[in-house]
Order: sequence, then C-alpha cells, then structure tokens
Amino acid sequence: MARAVTTQRKALNTAIAWTVGFLIFFPILWTILTSFKTEAEAIANPPVILFFDWTLENYGVVQERSNYMRFLWNSIIIAGGSTLLGILIAVPAAWSMAFVPSRRTKDILLWMLSTKMLPAVGVLYPIYLLCIQLGVLDNRIALVVILMLINLPIIVWMLYTYFKEIPGEILEAARMDGAGLKEELLYVLTPMAIPGIASTILLNFILAWNEAFWTLNLTSVDAAPLTAFIASYSSPEGLFFAKLSAASTMAIAPILILGWFSQKQLVRGLTFGAVK
Amino acid sequence: MGRITLDKVRKAFGDVEVIPPLDLTIEDGEFVVFVGPSGCGKSTLLRLIAGLEDVSGGEIRIDGQDATMVPPAKRGLAMVFQSYALYPHMSVRKNIAFPLRMAGLDRAEQERRVKAAAEVLNLTDYLDRRPGQLSGGQRQRVAIGRAIVREPAAFLFDEPLSNLDAALRVGMRLEISELHKRLKTTMIYVTHDQVEAMTMADKIVVLRAGNIEQVGSPLELYRAPRNTFVAGFIGSPKMNLITGPVAAQHDATTIGIRPEHIRVTEGAGDWQGTVGVSEHLGSDTFFHVTCAGIAEPLTVRVGGEVDLRYGDTVHLTPDPEHLHRFDAQGLRIA
Repeated sequence: MARAVTTQRKALNTAIAWTVGFLIFFPILWTILTSFKTEAEAIANPPVILFFDWTLENYGVVQERSNYMRFLWNSIIIAGGSTLLGILIAVPAAWSMAFVPSRRTKDILLWMLSTKMLPAVGVLYPIYLLCIQLGVLDNRIALVVILMLINLPIIVWMLYTYFKEIPGEILEAARMDGAGLKEELLYVLTPMAIPGIASTILLNFILAWNEAFWTLNLTSVDAAPLTAFIASYSSPEGLFFAKLSAASTMAIAPILILGWFSQKQLVRGLTFGAVK
Repeated sequence: MGRITLDKVRKAFGDVEVIPPLDLTIEDGEFVVFVGPSGCGKSTLLRLIAGLEDVSGGEIRIDGQDATMVPPAKRGLAMVFQSYALYPHMSVRKNIAFPLRMAGLDRAEQERRVKAAAEVLNLTDYLDRRPGQLSGGQRQRVAIGRAIVREPAAFLFDEPLSNLDAALRVGMRLEISELHKRLKTTMIYVTHDQVEAMTMADKIVVLRAGNIEQVGSPLELYRAPRNTFVAGFIGSPKMNLITGPVAAQHDATTIGIRPEHIRVTEGAGDWQGTVGVSEHLGSDTFFHVTCAGIAEPLTVRVGGEVDLRYGDTVHLTPDPEHLHRFDAQGLRIA
C-alpha cells in the first residue's frame, strides 16, 4: 500500500508506540526494581525510582525462608507435564478433525471452546471434592491432569488450524507409500507441523506456568508451584513489598527468559497460515 | 502382477451417487487411461481403486484377491498425485526411500534401489535437495521415483502432468510411456486431456457422470465411437456433429465427420460454405467453414499450405467411408 507518511507523523507514531509499550511493561519493571530496595524504600512516598541503595538482601531472605528450587521444580513438572500430555492427546484429535472431518466436527470444536467460557470457579467445588475423594489433593500428577484438561481445548484448536494448512494429498501419499496411522503422524504430519506444534507447546507452557487459580486452590506444600510461592509472600498482617517483589521476580524470571528466546518462534507460530 | 477387477463398484457421497454400479477389468501390464470432462468421476474411481475412498458397494479385486476393505497401504499400489505430494521436510533421497522404509527394507537395499530409480529418472544430482529446491518437472520425477522403487502391482496416476507447462508435458508423457514399456507394470492414468489419453493408452475408458461410455483402444474409439459423447470427446480438433435435414439425408439423427475426413474443393461438392477463421499449424491448416443448412461451423483439415481466405466460397464433401451415424439416443448406427 503506497501512502505518504511525514517524518513528524512517523516520530509521533514511534513515540506513542514506545509509551504504550512502556506502560504495559511498567508493572514488571517496577516489581523488578522494588525487589532490589529495602522494605522502607519500597513503600516510600514519593516513590524512589532508580536512586536507592541497591540490595540483594530480599533475595537472600526469600531463599532462606522458602525453598525456591522446590517450587521451581513443581512449576516445571506441572507446566511441562500438562503441556506434553496435552500435545499427545491433541495431535491425534486435531488430526482426525482436520483430515477426516465428520458432520459434527465444527460443533465439537465449538463445544470444546465453550468449556473455556465457563468460569473456573464454577467447577472448583466438584473438582476439589473429587481430589479429596481420590486422595490427590496437593498432588503434582493430579495438577498435571487438571491443567492439561483446562488447556486441552486451546491446544486442539491451535493444532487444528495448523493441520488444516497441510495438504491432505501429502498424507494420502504417505498412506499409499505404506505408512500406517502411526507412521503417518510420526514421520509426515508432525515434522511438517513442527513450527505450529512448537508454538503451541510454548504458549501452553506459559499458560500452565502462569495458571494460579487451580494451583493455589489445590496445592499446599508438596505440589505447590511458583504461583503459590508468590502468593505465600502476600499476607494480610504486614505487607513486605520488597520481599514479595523479589519472590515475584524469581517466579517470572524463568518464563520471561524462555519467552525472550522463543519470541521469534512464538510470533511465527501464532501467525502461521494467516497469509498463504 | 497387476490385474484389477471392479465388480459392480458404486460410490455415493451422501445421497449423491457419483459412480453408479460399474464393471471394469484392467489386465496385467495394461496402460489404461480414464478420460472424461471434469466432474465425471474419473479421479474418484482411481481413488476407489487406491483405497483412499471407501466403496459404497461392489467389489475390487487385485490379482484375484478381494481388496475392497484393504487399506491403501496394503494394496501394493503406488500413486502419483497431481500436486506431486512430496514430503517437503525430506530430501529427494528420503522421499524416494520412504515407501521402502515403510516396508522395512534394510538401509543398503534402500540405498541401492533409490540409486537405481534416480539413475532412470535423471535425479542422481538432486538426491540431497529438498523438493522446494526443484523445478516442476523434477518434482514430478521424484514423485514417479517414489512410486517405482517399491515395485508395485500397479501405478495410479492422477492427472500427473496438469501442473506442468506444455513443452514439459510432452516430454514427461514420453517418459511415462517409455517407463511403461520398460517396466511392463499395470498403469492406470487419469486425465481430462484426450491427447494424453490417445497417445499413451493401450485402453481408454471414457467416463461421463460416473458411467463408462466406452472402453477400447485409442484407434477403436477414434474409428467407431459408440455414441455422440465419445465421438465429440475423442479426437482433436473435435469431430463435426451435424443434426437436422443434412443428417436425415443419411438416415440418422446426427452424423459425425472428422475434420480430416472432409474433402475441400472449389468446384462442386455436397455442402457449400463460406470460409471463416483459419488456424495454420504449418503441417496442417484448419478452416472453420459455415455451411448453409448446418447450424455449427464445420472444422476442416487441409494438409500443408492452402490458399483459402476469409470469406471465400468452398465446397465440402464428407468421405462416406468415415461418416459416423447416430440415432435419436445418440447411439451409433452400425
């Protein structure tokens, strides 16, 4: 599209974009900055932005008070496990909906998505009771299964859209070449859909990592992930902003780093197939 | 061996019957072409034989074995698709070796067969490339290579040349014919192009709306089309089909005469007409002549260079030996 854009206009747009970007990022930046302040400076009014005594004291206290590695490990198991399990279930599901659709396929897809419209708290009670009955409260495996189920509709939807982009003739060629269903999925479909599958894994890992409702309600000690770790620093008795910020920073750091390194893949995956 | 028999094979999508019950035998080693206008069910028929679609009724036998419910992978057939359908993430070598890998052949044997196929198809220098780095003709060769390595009972081709440009198409046509002569394996070839059908086939199956209109050798179809549809479909340019009083003179509802079977004279002749547009191909010239009492302009072939101009008056005489007569149902009158 050809159109004239003046330099001032460009500068203005750039300024607006940076401002909006900065506003969105500000809470995270503030949290990170606060984590290096003393408690007094953290609640100082007017707030100090950069010129304070930088200290690592909060990180030391947080590490002393609670075992960060255990929470981190739980987060990795729960987010990774639920994502992998979800992918294993979703690949065949999306395959069948994309390549051998029935008259009900569209309805099933919509129905799956509709479960995401249900407020999670609406099923908290039954799921909580189920967990008690089965003796799996505060259990990592139970959380892996629950988060997998919560995210499964999104995983299936994403994979379905990627698979739709793959020409059916290639899968038919594989069938003619003697590939059974397993070989077709393993050697032909999956390698071709790698960009889509990778971004689906990434996005769902992030969603599961940040998931707080179920992890907070269904865990206490053994299975508690980083979301519970942050939550344990917000107490009604006294607010320790600096320590809470340190805990938050420690909790979001792994996913922030992962997101940073995979941003290209993530964007490519999310727009995959949008333009032919 | 690759003898394929279709016995009352039927296909319906929902309430729509695309192929009414149909019988057909394809002999071992035959080159059979399914030809017909688009939507005639020729591709569907091929896919039924391949097993990519399930039949709604009837039986498909391959070498005497009932294959109706056998999945495509187990039918021992190889297929070349219109879109080539190569695996984009694999090298040419891996593409060609894929059926062998699926069959569980050891690596040395895979490599030996891939090499042999690549040599036959002039692909040796391209074995390590990806399909995306090849031209259309090369991709088509890879698709053929993938089909021949496993030594199938029969090859199925689904309009394999329609994505290629005209020059390449003629070349590949010859290569496929050559391949058939060498391998002597049954080949079933689907096309809408009657020139491909005429030049390659041992046996042509003309289809219309899922029905077999006629089965025969190219020359049988050319010499004695069973009805007006086949008459109009086989041959290029098309046979002239004439109805009305002119046809009635020959005791027929429709008469057909091919452009090459009409004699052009400036003096006396059966039909008088005016020369319209002409097409000079060098070796031949085709004239479109509008004749009194005949609705459509007639196409006439005249050998070499003939000096007739737009608007000239000519006389046409059909060769009675090659005049085809059809009744009110469009069927041939013997």
